[in-house]
Amino acid sequence: MALNINNIHKSFEGLQALNNITFSVKEGELFGLIGPDGAGKTTLFRIITTLLLPDRGEVDLFGLDVLKNYKKIRQLVGYMAGRFSLYHDLTVEENLKFYATVFGTTIEKNYDLIKDVYCQIEPFKTRKAGKLSGGMKQKLALSCALIHKPRLLVLDEPTTGVDAVSRTEFWDMLKRLQKKGITILVSTPYMDEASLCNRVGLIQKGNLLSVNKPENIIAEYQRELLSVSSDNLYKLVNDLRNEKDTHSAFLFGQSVHLTRKDRKESVKQVIKYLRDKGHGSIHINVIKPGIEDCFMDLMHKEDEFLLSG
Amino acid sequence: MKRFWGFVLKEFLHIFRDPRTMLILFGMPIVQILLFGYVITNEIKDIKIAILDQSKDPVTIELTNKIISSGFFILDRNIKSMNEVEDVFKEGNVRQVIIFESGFGRKLKREGTANIQLIADASDANTANLVVHYTMAIIDDFVREQNKLTGSPIQFIPEVRMLYNNELKGVYMFIPGIMAMILILVSAMMTSISIVREKELGTMETLLVSPLRPAQIILGKVTPYIALSFINAVTIIIMGNLVFGMPVQGSIILLLAESILYILLGLSLGILISTITKTQQNAMFISLFALMLPTILLSGFIFPIENMPKILQWLSILMPPRWFITIIKNIMLKGTGLMYVWKETLILIVMTSVFLGLSIRKFKIRLE
Repeated sequence: MALNINNIHKSFEGLQALNNITFSVKEGELFGLIGPDGAGKTTLFRIITTLLLPDRGEVDLFGLDVLKNYKKIRQLVGYMAGRFSLYHDLTVEENLKFYATVFGTTIEKNYDLIKDVYCQIEPFKTRKAGKLSGGMKQKLALSCALIHKPRLLVLDEPTTGVDAVSRTEFWDMLKRLQKKGITILVSTPYMDEASLCNRVGLIQKGNLLSVNKPENIIAEYQRELLSVSSDNLYKLVNDLRNEKDTHSAFLFGQSVHLTRKDRKESVKQVIKYLRDKGHGSIHINVIKPGIEDCFMDLMHKEDEFLLSG
Repeated sequence: MKRFWGFVLKEFLHIFRDPRTMLILFGMPIVQILLFGYVITNEIKDIKIAILDQSKDPVTIELTNKIISSGFFILDRNIKSMNEVEDVFKEGNVRQVIIFESGFGRKLKREGTANIQLIADASDANTANLVVHYTMAIIDDFVREQNKLTGSPIQFIPEVRMLYNNELKGVYMFIPGIMAMILILVSAMMTSISIVREKELGTMETLLVSPLRPAQIILGKVTPYIALSFINAVTIIIMGNLVFGMPVQGSIILLLAESILYILLGLSLGILISTITKTQQNAMFISLFALMLPTILLSGFIFPIENMPKILQWLSILMPPRWFITIIKNIMLKGTGLMYVWKETLILIVMTSVFLGLSIRKFKIRLE
């Protein structure tokens, strides 16, 4: 195991940020931590990278305890913080050189490792980091985090604020890094990125809801899922949410994904209900759930649990 | 070591690329010196004086009593010979020496005139001027009273000498003050801001996760400012000399060494400020309010410490600039050596160690 996290608790001024978090990451694995803003992802990563102390619980990294061996661990971990941690008044090359020197290495020595990422921004190496686009900043930050050949790469929301094309490219780069034997722990608020990881953990309000392979999470989905569309999408969501037999209704692009409390004759009932509400061109299909549906369902369950408990 | 110099290089790049930083670093000293080339007048109170009474007759004793009971002056000591005058001033407490010629009373009775010499320490021009005028007013008053009593007109002829600063230049007072203010501002404010900026931008997170030791991070941050503050100190001394003719009577090496000590003090204060603030703005305000205002108001830079209420006088003991100003005034104007300023120097060393110790204890190897 590369990383073992055991019963981690952390609160800030009475506010519970992490509640009894336990999971582990295998060596060479690409592990995704998925959750909305404020779920506790950054706090957890800061504990793993020795930047914060947990209130309770242990974290063990390559057999080293993060509390006692923080100095050794700081050599082994490459950390890309949520805000990219770049010096905006330094150029691309100066940033990279600085981080290389700080970690006691040079760009040339580890060029191999970062080549794949860095070659895309190298043409702009005399440009100030503050003048780069989001996608380029992200690549530079990744190069900086990689420059000392870390065994574990911890990436805090690397794809937030980055365009869709850059996001896809970034995940391709991560896959290639993984092949070089680097264990990668990545957090993201985008659920669609979950299927790109070997395993994912879903975190919400400081609670870890589920840790599994993406395909297993989908396999565990038990409800019948309907995709509903009509000529007035906004009204459609509200009407469906107000219907008494609706379990959940979420907007997914141009349609609403609907689950029902009662599975009998659901399609007919929904069509009738929507016609009464004045909707036109109604389409309903039974669809296979995606990973996002599963997360929505898990989070919905957790919310209900929290409300009733 | 390579890590450390890499860090220092990066810090220099930050400084040279930010026009505002450059302006504060190099524009401010020059503008301030030119601005403060004016004199501000103020009142005096409890000024320490020494008296050399070569006659010790009823007239001199009565006049001495009158001067001391005026409330403006405190008799620090009686001295016995002219040779002691210089020593008394070099010690720095006494601002004025009053000398009665021998046979003062007798001469007055016989000839109707007698001589008094007033020697003032004019390294603080304002105070010296005021001190002499107040003394002369008291003497005039005394003469008038005597005339009423005896009915025969008598006359004192006061002779005034301004020591150390013959032309009574106020700017001699301000250059040490400006130096004290600018050095502490540059070293404390600029370092605290630059350390806090790393926290604000989130780069501190990455630095902390790196194998750099906290001491390396801090030293790397302050090293460029030591160099730049030193350049500032030299600029101020040179400008003071070229533009206002401010002399350096004492050892220039001692003067620079004391400046470096004071810069180190400022830097340790800056580090301390950076450990207790989270935003650049906060760091700046703390530096301004905690450093600049007290430097101006409480260090004796503009307002003589003797004239302050007791509580503020005690407070001024805690102000590093107060001691630094005393030191450099002594070196620059009186040409005194370390012998005469060792006490102030020791105070600065102790303050530096305390601030440094505190900031090392407060520096966080983690984020909270």
